[in-house]
Amino acid sequence: MITTTKPAAPLGARRRTTGRPALRSRRPLRTWVITVAAYVIAAIFLVPYLEMLIMALRPNNELGLATILPKHWTFSNFTTLWSSGLGGSIGTSLEIAAGATVIVLLVALPAAYCTARRRFRGRGAFLLLVLSTQMFQPAAMLVGIQREFTNFGLPPTLSLIIVNAGFNLAFAVWILNAFFSSIPAELEEAAMVDGLGRVGALTRITLPLAAPGIVTALIFTFIAAWNEFLVALTLSLGQSPSQQPLTVAINNYIGEYSVDWGHLFAAGLVATVPVIILFAVIERRVVSGLTAGAVK
Amino acid sequence: MLALRRMAPALWLGPAIALIGVVVLWPVVVMVQSSFQQIGGEGFVAGYNGTTNYRNLFHEPDFVSVLLRTVVWVVVVVALTVLISLGLAQLFNQKFPGRQVTRWALIIPWAASVMMTALIFKWALDPNVGVINVILHHIGVVKHLGSDQADWLGNPTSALAWMMAVAIFVSLPFTTYAILSGLQGIPGDVYEAAAIDGATSWRSYLAVTLPLLRPAILVAALINVINVFNSFPIIWEMTRGGPGYETSTSTIYMIDLKQGDVGQAAAMSVFNFMLVIVIVVVYLGTTRWKEQVG
Repeated sequence: MITTTKPAAPLGARRRTTGRPALRSRRPLRTWVITVAAYVIAAIFLVPYLEMLIMALRPNNELGLATILPKHWTFSNFTTLWSSGLGGSIGTSLEIAAGATVIVLLVALPAAYCTARRRFRGRGAFLLLVLSTQMFQPAAMLVGIQREFTNFGLPPTLSLIIVNAGFNLAFAVWILNAFFSSIPAELEEAAMVDGLGRVGALTRITLPLAAPGIVTALIFTFIAAWNEFLVALTLSLGQSPSQQPLTVAINNYIGEYSVDWGHLFAAGLVATVPVIILFAVIERRVVSGLTAGAVK
Repeated sequence: MLALRRMAPALWLGPAIALIGVVVLWPVVVMVQSSFQQIGGEGFVAGYNGTTNYRNLFHEPDFVSVLLRTVVWVVVVVALTVLISLGLAQLFNQKFPGRQVTRWALIIPWAASVMMTALIFKWALDPNVGVINVILHHIGVVKHLGSDQADWLGNPTSALAWMMAVAIFVSLPFTTYAILSGLQGIPGDVYEAAAIDGATSWRSYLAVTLPLLRPAILVAALINVINVFNSFPIIWEMTRGGPGYETSTSTIYMIDLKQGDVGQAAAMSVFNFMLVIVIVVVYLGTTRWKEQVG
């Protein structure tokens, strides 16, 4: 049931095989319609986040005005953001995301390499175990996670690093497994014959060839941990705001009677724009990491 | 030496198994154990109380309606997501100038925190000044700003519809990309053969493309079912599951129970957990997963 898979070819690399290019040049109207439709849909996907920017640049005294655009524009939400301890929250989120990413790579690299290269008893069971973690999300076992990590008495940041690492392990194992499987073992053997040794073959041949997979796993884990909200909210309860992760800190702008929308969206942009740029880097490879386990 | 070689995989896989054990497996054990204990909102364990938590849970007046709503939530969101994604994938698989730029726009809801997206829509639906209401007011759909009609999130039916729309919105990028990668796996000569047989584009889509996309659709739908069932930020940010529990799904209901009665919340979690397993097993069975995908 569990076999190896090749990393997905970049989207578009084989587009000529799916479209009908011969027909297209003779039908300029069709190309026009497609282009316009695609741009309209792209705009629909962009607009909510543009609204976030518009709101962040709206002066606080215009929050009660029923207008689509503000009359005046201001950067004050961005400059006053830092006095509420947002810098500390960014630091906390960076710690959690970087920590989880390092752990995932340290743990997933050997597991993915071993399952890609060797056939042994328990290999299928292990891959199934990894797959099953993709099925059970933190929301489903929040009570267990909360009670377990509260009993451990670890600092919340460390607990969040471990939890985020655990729930993103599956993605990393699957995508790295796919990349390692696509690198012929003969290549490593040849390098070893040429005197590189096992370690040399791994670090000078295999890891560089698997670099796109490693980068994808790295960025994906980082973004997932950066964006994670439910466990962060649960485990960082009662911490001082500047020590809470960014997603939780942003929610602190929601008061019981009023919401500080200007700061909320300014902080939201700070939290969102970097991960969108990072995600664009791995865009084409993410799907294979998410679906490889289920397909194989 | 042979024994050492046999031990080797354990060393390579050990850290991964340990991590899964601590983060995924042990919480399940704690959760099941907690579901048979009497635990207050502060986490103080008063001792075992047998199946009381489960019996209390099944007798909650909102229990059945929350479950039914969860089913509707999952089915509607996943079905519409897959349907719309089929169209989007077809569109973004075409060649047109600036395709890469439009694809970057498409991934934004996927990359951004779902919590942020939910908050944007919560703001945009504000009855007095939310931008969606302002626009709807301009074009005459909303008669008066600040009226009940403009309070979309105050009415359970319209609130649920809007939250489903947001859930679909954030699920579209992944699903579209999964189907796009399925489309790329279809060799071009299949279409040429269909064209020679005189099939129109719509006929060849139904007869050729769709059956070949089946594995990609099945995988994407399954991943969406799990995600949407466990979805928390959208409903929590936009309505907190209210008024009452009228917009709660079982995940939101469990989190609300956790504030007051951890033991009963654990029972709800165990129930949700079983439900996910049942759904996945039934799904794998009815779709004949092994023949179609594996």
